[in-house]
Amino acid sequence: MDTQVLGQVPRIIGRSVVRHDARDKVQAATAYAADWAMPGMLHAVVVRSPYASARIGRLDTTRALAMPGVAVVLTAPDVPRNTLWTDVPGQTTAVGPLRARLHILAEERVRHQGEPVALVAAETLDQARAAAEAVEVEYEPCPGVFDPEAALAPGAPLVHEGTNLLAHWRVTRGDVEGALASAATVVEGEYRTQFVDSSYLEPESGVAWLDADGVITIRVSTQVIEHFRDVAEVLAVPQNRVRVIGTYLGGGFGGKEDVTVEVYLGLLVLRTGRPVKMVWSRQESLLGRAKRHPYLMHYRTAAASTGEILAHDITLVSDAGAYAYLSALVLLYSTVTAAGPYRVPSVRVDARVAYTNNPPTSAMRGFGAMQMVFGYESQVDRVARARGLDPVRIRALNALRRGDTLPVGQVIETHVALPELAARAWAGLGEPSRPRAPHLRVGRGLASNFQPYGRIVWLHDWSSAWVGFEMDGSLVVRCGAPDVGGGQASSLCQIAAAVLGVELERVTIHISDSALTPLAGTTTASRQLYMSGNAVLKACRELREQILGVAATLLGAEPTTLTLVDNAAWAPDGRQLPLADVLRQCARVGVPRSHLGVYHAPAGEPVDLERGQGKVFPDYTFGAHAVEVEVDLETGQVRVRKHVAAHDVGRAINPQSVAGQIQGGAVQGLGYGLMEEILLEEGINLTTSFASYLIPSAADVADVEPVILESGEGLGPFGARGIGEPPIGPPAAALANAIADATGVRVTTLPITAERMARALGLLGP
Amino acid sequence: MIVNFILNGRPRQIEAPANETLLQTLRDTLGNFDAKEGCNEGVCGACTVLLDGRPVASCLVLTPTVRAHTVVTLRGVQSGDDLHPLQQAFLDHGAVQCGFCTPGILLTALAFLERHPRPDREDVRVALAGNLCRCTGYTKILDAVQAYVSRPGRS
Repeated sequence: MDTQVLGQVPRIIGRSVVRHDARDKVQAATAYAADWAMPGMLHAVVVRSPYASARIGRLDTTRALAMPGVAVVLTAPDVPRNTLWTDVPGQTTAVGPLRARLHILAEERVRHQGEPVALVAAETLDQARAAAEAVEVEYEPCPGVFDPEAALAPGAPLVHEGTNLLAHWRVTRGDVEGALASAATVVEGEYRTQFVDSSYLEPESGVAWLDADGVITIRVSTQVIEHFRDVAEVLAVPQNRVRVIGTYLGGGFGGKEDVTVEVYLGLLVLRTGRPVKMVWSRQESLLGRAKRHPYLMHYRTAAASTGEILAHDITLVSDAGAYAYLSALVLLYSTVTAAGPYRVPSVRVDARVAYTNNPPTSAMRGFGAMQMVFGYESQVDRVARARGLDPVRIRALNALRRGDTLPVGQVIETHVALPELAARAWAGLGEPSRPRAPHLRVGRGLASNFQPYGRIVWLHDWSSAWVGFEMDGSLVVRCGAPDVGGGQASSLCQIAAAVLGVELERVTIHISDSALTPLAGTTTASRQLYMSGNAVLKACRELREQILGVAATLLGAEPTTLTLVDNAAWAPDGRQLPLADVLRQCARVGVPRSHLGVYHAPAGEPVDLERGQGKVFPDYTFGAHAVEVEVDLETGQVRVRKHVAAHDVGRAINPQSVAGQIQGGAVQGLGYGLMEEILLEEGINLTTSFASYLIPSAADVADVEPVILESGEGLGPFGARGIGEPPIGPPAAALANAIADATGVRVTTLPITAERMARALGLLGP
Repeated sequence: MIVNFILNGRPRQIEAPANETLLQTLRDTLGNFDAKEGCNEGVCGACTVLLDGRPVASCLVLTPTVRAHTVVTLRGVQSGDDLHPLQQAFLDHGAVQCGFCTPGILLTALAFLERHPRPDREDVRVALAGNLCRCTGYTKILDAVQAYVSRPGRS
């Protein structure tokens, strides 16, 4: 669509330009949220519950307040509005509408280990920590529940009043039982995935102050500057008295989508009038921040003798932990994608998520859709083996096509490149490797996935951006999008430079400031290039028309025949006017040199999934990963030797950034598949350091070869699709399939550590 | 305690308690934010600095122990506005995403290459195993280091 309007894709689109933020970052010139200090600044810490389930008896801050350097100690009664409510629309099943509730500081009860109970601010960090130790809290431990299935059983201890069932989604299409009864092949499998942590290298951090204009200003590492409204709500001040400045993030991956330090900073500034800094330690981040949802997935899959998948009967149970956060929506993503990117005539999904006294779970890259890949791609692999089909063939045979309808009723409106992606990923492995020793076995596995990009259509998503020329022809972009490190800001510059015909070096961008940049929504859901890319594109096109209208009168030509290239307006006969001249004329005749663009995503009302009515997401990104592994039959150690990751990204605005997203996501997916796990014992986190919570190092992984397919079919600028989340989906399933190929053993629980693999190989006894 | 040391080529005198880490001194006393705190227990490598030319986790070094020693943070490897060729290689090869690990990785790599001027890719992989990166998956970081090692005109 866009390519037709412009005639062709501008030349700077599709070029691997060097990102402006990277130039700063290689010189350590980027001021992250913690790289900030102010005169008279206090240091603040959070006092957290050591218990997973307890009643708060006495809570006494007297001793802490008397400690040297302490400015303030806050507990729940000090918070103007201690409860944050979030409406979760679209909840149409038995559970009813959901209003997710979150206490800023615990009242009477703590429901998970690490739950915030009090805040301390002092002149130095050491003094704040010492005073935090001196806050006296008497806990009376209560019975807790630590497994979602146990939480749903009658008589289970209640985490909140009413029921432990937080959300329940169902999908029903076709005759599942009939298909299972008559199919040539039925494969049944149960799969378990684990709690994992985002583990961005930059822990949660920020500095806040009362600015000269009386506005509480919070400079923070966040994926969502719109939380300024939540801060105002908690502080009981008008929303226009709180400003959030989002810094360039040291990683987000969904873990900085919920509020982290900003509400606490706001409270402490309101109370003290002084600048306050709060930086969580790694231990605190691992303890206190929400995790990825673990799942128990049960699949029964029916297939024809030819390998066509006829039916899935799927039961999902997930763990919300102690507070709702985004669990209902995460489960919705699971429900919609559980049958995979395939045409399956009969599908039943029954998905529940329960409160427990485990750490809360919430957004993390892949958001409920990525866990499903381990389930459906393990099943597809087993069907292929049962029917004697190769991995590429069975995926090509069953792949969705444009015009097909998902089990929830959504019609796939764009091209599905799945067969090509699977074939190219598989072929990319090249010649099979030979085992390097007699006790090693080599195997290969393939896994495909689809991941929504853009928010659920009934959230009525929008983004806005302002683009304007300075008098010298340099360009300014203002857009409220946070940059989590994926190159969000740089891509917007590239789009503006392309449409307005200026060099990238002449573009400056201001991002992520709730007071000074037009709001652009969250940097989550693989939506920022799609949404804000479209907003910038729209703003630039309007601005281009304004400028060319003025240039046309100067050149005596039709505006539609003019082009804007190389800092000049060009007539078809080759005459040109320098941009600066046109801009001066704009000022003279009163034509604005800027434009505010607003992009609205396709919107709809909540659907009844069970009746399969229709659209849930704007569109999907498809992918396929192939891996070659080496399994040590003596130790259970699994090593990845080759990894090819193919995705249809629609259009690669900056191919190097796209490749980076694919490679980085793939390695996070490998970490999920091989090593990462938050271990809990009765809700107590045993993995609160990087010495016990292991993420992949350079030595743990192989190079990832990205395959970038450009169908031009996405809903983003120039046909781009979202690529932030999709690459994390396939690796774990591809690993399990490769291990099955190498050893004949099917692993159904993640992560596939050497110990788990050794057990599966029978090396550790029965 | 009074501690004299050389930071990025210049003599510095600071006062630090005996239990203060070099990372705290750099960031909180000297306002040098090049080194980042990622874990504060020597696992992630984000706080790497060069101590007498060797990479160390500055979160594990007590400031009084650097007395009369030389400390280099990332800005110390640059001359003026010109990027070090390894910094340029990181740009050219897209080895930077969020950038939080980048200063530590650059310093670890430079110190390693000083001692092993012609490493192969697997050597580099092992040399960087103490510097975690959550964004890139490491492929482009290794690409950048390799390109730097085999850059044209290198003696």
